[in-house]
Amino acid sequence: MHWIDYYRPSTLEACLEAFAEHGASARALAGGTDLLVQMRAGRLANNVVVDVKAVPELNEIRYEPGIGLTLGAAVPCYRIYGDPTVQREYPALIDSVSMIGGTQIQGRASVGGNLCNASPSADAVPPLIALGATCRVASVAGEREIPAEDFCTAPGTNALGEREVLVSLNLPAPSPDSGACYLRFIPRNEMDIAVAGAGVSVRLANGCFDSGRVALAAVAATPLLVPAAGAALSGQPVGRSAIAAAAAAAKAAARPISDMRGTAEYRSNLCEVLTRRALEKAVERAGGTLG
Amino acid sequence: MQSIHVRTKINGQAAEFLCEPRQSLLEVLRDVLRLTGTKEGCNDGNCGACTVEMDGRIVPACLVLGAEAEGADILTIEGIAEGSALHELQNAFLEGAALQCGVCTPGFIVASKALLDSNPDPSEEEIRFWLANNLCRCTGYDKIVRSVQAAAERMQQEATP
Ligand SMILES: Cc1cc2nc3c(=O)[nH]c(=O)nc-3n(C[C@H](O)[C@H](O)[C@H](O)COP(=O)(O)OP(=O)(O)OC[C@H]3O[C@@H](n4cnc5c(N)ncnc54)[C@H](O)[C@@H]3O)c2cc1C
Ligand code: FES
Ligand code: FES
Repeated sequence: MHWIDYYRPSTLEACLEAFAEHGASARALAGGTDLLVQMRAGRLANNVVVDVKAVPELNEIRYEPGIGLTLGAAVPCYRIYGDPTVQREYPALIDSVSMIGGTQIQGRASVGGNLCNASPSADAVPPLIALGATCRVASVAGEREIPAEDFCTAPGTNALGEREVLVSLNLPAPSPDSGACYLRFIPRNEMDIAVAGAGVSVRLANGCFDSGRVALAAVAATPLLVPAAGAALSGQPVGRSAIAAAAAAAKAAARPISDMRGTAEYRSNLCEVLTRRALEKAVERAGGTLG
Repeated sequence: MQSIHVRTKINGQAAEFLCEPRQSLLEVLRDVLRLTGTKEGCNDGNCGACTVEMDGRIVPACLVLGAEAEGADILTIEGIAEGSALHELQNAFLEGAALQCGVCTPGFIVASKALLDSNPDPSEEEIRFWLANNLCRCTGYDKIVRSVQAAAERMQQEATP
């Protein structure tokens, strides 16, 4: 690996100042499971690494009933799936963080890093989009919020400016009659990259879908929100026909490529199957029945 | 261009070292501290040969910077046996022929120990999922899984008088 300088700020202010000073030559280090691999492969030209794990705001898991979850960008997967409140309130997030890599990777990899790395196949991103997460972004110039579905802009590229850092992900508190799920397809049981993935959330009211959100992985240049799938659910009776319509909309929205993991046609079909199964699971988690 | 002075704890003992900021914990362990029990396989997080425990969690040492060891508590394969008394996992791996070339073995032992520390009686499925981040090119895994089961059984017998 080329020479780098290493900083480990312990306050958000110091962290933002480091990025203000070094700009494009600096990279944030969370778990390093993407960053160090890419630096070692010579794919990045940064010469400063800012380890963000000692910044309290990036390291917290905080849940406030009625408001929601503040998930520090650098919190590793194992802390997320080990958190009883997240287990209870956000099972779709648990679905994804317990399938990223294996035990050792989960000891390091963060959801913030997964999002910032902006891989089309990033497993944590579709559930964030489905759950309506917003990204809290900060720089010395101030703060802003970006909806999770607008964060990834191209493979490996995100909406952050040169001096900006992702601080946390804010997920709204789920209502009692809501449910969510993330499913992916890989040809083995673990340790593989999604051929396709579907993250969904639904809200039920009086036997109908009140609203729904569907987001897909690995079938477009970025993780993809499919508004048409949500629209196919809204106002419809909870049941297989609305779910089939949403799954068909997901398939229609997918714009996959063919590569060694699967053909475009195969991936499109997977979108339909995964969306259907994820919606069935989300309905179950919402306490609904499919009839 | 400056080296970093790192104070850490390795296998229960205070340790300090100088490293370049770009050096991984794996490079520091092997090349600076000469703790060569931890192996390098892929150097990109896939194979688990470099597994060490850091603050109670197993991590791939190839994807940790040496500088990140500041203030941490690290356990490597060298810290698993107590003096000349092998850990039950090490005994079980030897008796069960769970290794051939042995390059993967330190990683499997460190990872398996962390599993048994938190889950003394894991199912076969739990063992296989926990060890999914450890690759072995020689044994075909069955002997490894059976050896972890054998060690778990013996450790539980020892724990219940
Ligand atoms: C063996 C292996 C298996 C894997 N399996 C999977 C898998 O199954 N599914 C999956 O989705 N991914 C997988 N990955 C990829 C990777 O582990 C994930 O993308 C992980 O979530 C990245 O998080 P990290 O904390 O390690 O990020 P890092 O590597 O630390 O950072 C990733 C990128 O984001 C930037 N960044 C990080 N934090 C911030 C921040 N707060 N603000 C601004 N920029 C930031 C970094 O500069 C870097 O460019 C795997 C990787 C390996 C090595
Ligand atoms: S050498 Fe670290 S995981 Fe292979
Ligand atoms: S014994 Fe050779 S790789 Fe496992």
